[in-house]
Amino acid sequence: MDFAHQLVQQLINGVSLGSIYALIALGYTMIYGIIKLINFAHGDVYMVGAYIGFAAVTIGNMPIFPALLISMALTAVLGMLVERIAYKPLRHAPRISLLITAIGVSFFLEYTSMYFVTPTPRTFPEVIPNISFDIGGFIVNGQQLMIFGITIILMALLTYIVQKTKLGKAMRAASFDTETAQLMGVDSDKVISMTFCIGSALAAAAGVLVGVYYNTIDPLMGIMPGVKAFVAAVLGGIGILPGAVVGGIVLGVVEALVSGFISSTFRDAAAFAILILVLLIKPSGLFGKNTNEKV
Amino acid sequence: MAMLEVKDINVYYGAIHAIKGISLSVEEGEIVTLIGANGAGKSTTLRTISGLLKPKTGAINFLGKNIAGMPAHKIVREGISQVPEGRRIFAEMTVLENLELGAFTRNDKDEIKKDLEMVFGRFPRLKERITQLAGTLSGGEQQMLAMGRALMSRPKLLLLDEPSMGLAPLLIREIFSIIVDINKTGTTVLLVEQNANMALSIANRAYVLETGRITLSGDAKELAASEDVRKAYLGG
Repeated sequence: MDFAHQLVQQLINGVSLGSIYALIALGYTMIYGIIKLINFAHGDVYMVGAYIGFAAVTIGNMPIFPALLISMALTAVLGMLVERIAYKPLRHAPRISLLITAIGVSFFLEYTSMYFVTPTPRTFPEVIPNISFDIGGFIVNGQQLMIFGITIILMALLTYIVQKTKLGKAMRAASFDTETAQLMGVDSDKVISMTFCIGSALAAAAGVLVGVYYNTIDPLMGIMPGVKAFVAAVLGGIGILPGAVVGGIVLGVVEALVSGFISSTFRDAAAFAILILVLLIKPSGLFGKNTNEKV
Repeated sequence: MAMLEVKDINVYYGAIHAIKGISLSVEEGEIVTLIGANGAGKSTTLRTISGLLKPKTGAINFLGKNIAGMPAHKIVREGISQVPEGRRIFAEMTVLENLELGAFTRNDKDEIKKDLEMVFGRFPRLKERITQLAGTLSGGEQQMLAMGRALMSRPKLLLLDEPSMGLAPLLIREIFSIIVDINKTGTTVLLVEQNANMALSIANRAYVLETGRITLSGDAKELAASEDVRKAYLGG
């Protein structure tokens, strides 16, 4: 296998891993955009999503697509509950209190899940036929196609909601200027709740897709992808939706290239090296801009 | 009964007592202005009426209903719309999207379309820039957009906070003649201004605020002629 060939192959792997980061990063960035909270529990919401999908497939005997939808729906409710119970009472508290609470929620989800499902990793059943396609010498497997397809559909749907619907306009307005959005009649509590709902559903989709892709899930599976998705969101410019997608894909590709050409041991180090570089060189991220207000 | 009646409200920012027992009223069809120096509590009064701030004590009656302490997003539905200080347009959204957000409380699509045309009739420059991002507009255009956005909720009472801020004199005159126009077509106006000359020239009645209290009130023309007001606010 020559270098160019392997490069393309790693790019394919990187984009599929990156799509997953992107789905998680979208939730991170949406929630940050609206309440300026780095929701450290987001990775654990993704883990719960994976388990719900797992339960739907194994106990519920469902095909993968209904299982995915059920997982997204239930995890969306979980996200709204977390916001309502843990974050809403702190709306006017200092931001550090909110951040610490998010870490608490993260531990709560991890260890409560562990209590119920045991720490033993579970093996995700083979839900789609294990086929791979040889496209001009490059291997793309069924799971990867499924990840691409679902990610594209979800992103198109999200773009539609944010750009075209009344809810989306309210979300953009509230994340730009909450107070003025209220003057327009936007109920900011409702918008915040819906943001957690959508963000958590996307994380759940990512959780189920990871289960399908890597075949294994465990209660602490959300920690690393959670942190990585945070890096992706910062890389793209936190609070900016297209930034989260690009950041996720770039991160996935870098990780795949490092694993493929250097050593998979350095995979995680690469992600954090990116975070450090972004914070040093352009803290506002790839898509971040300095806005000037006219007075 | 007055359209808006503010009765003895007290508003605090933490420990700071910003509004010390203000009472005022606005009759249907009037233009009423609050004038006073920087920090007198003009904006605070307006923000309390629109629900962004909650009074500690006192009542705010609008069309016979006490709205004191009601959240801002519900007060819009009662028929009060505010053009905030500094315009606060949604800079990263288009002119059209800003106006659509102004109609957020409404679901009558055909009527919203009519009101859009009404706003474009009043502010033709907004129509030319309909797909432009609001942040790229000039200061005067942004003020027009903020006013058009507020009108899109079909308010019975329009609250205007410093509409002349940072604008060239010619533009200020244009904005004020539009305010008179809006009032003539049936919208009651409560106007906060540092430019007391301009405000008194278009208002029916005025209140003068000083450090959280009303010190003078009455007919706008009479206040404009009074020696005290001329010295303090109109530059002699």
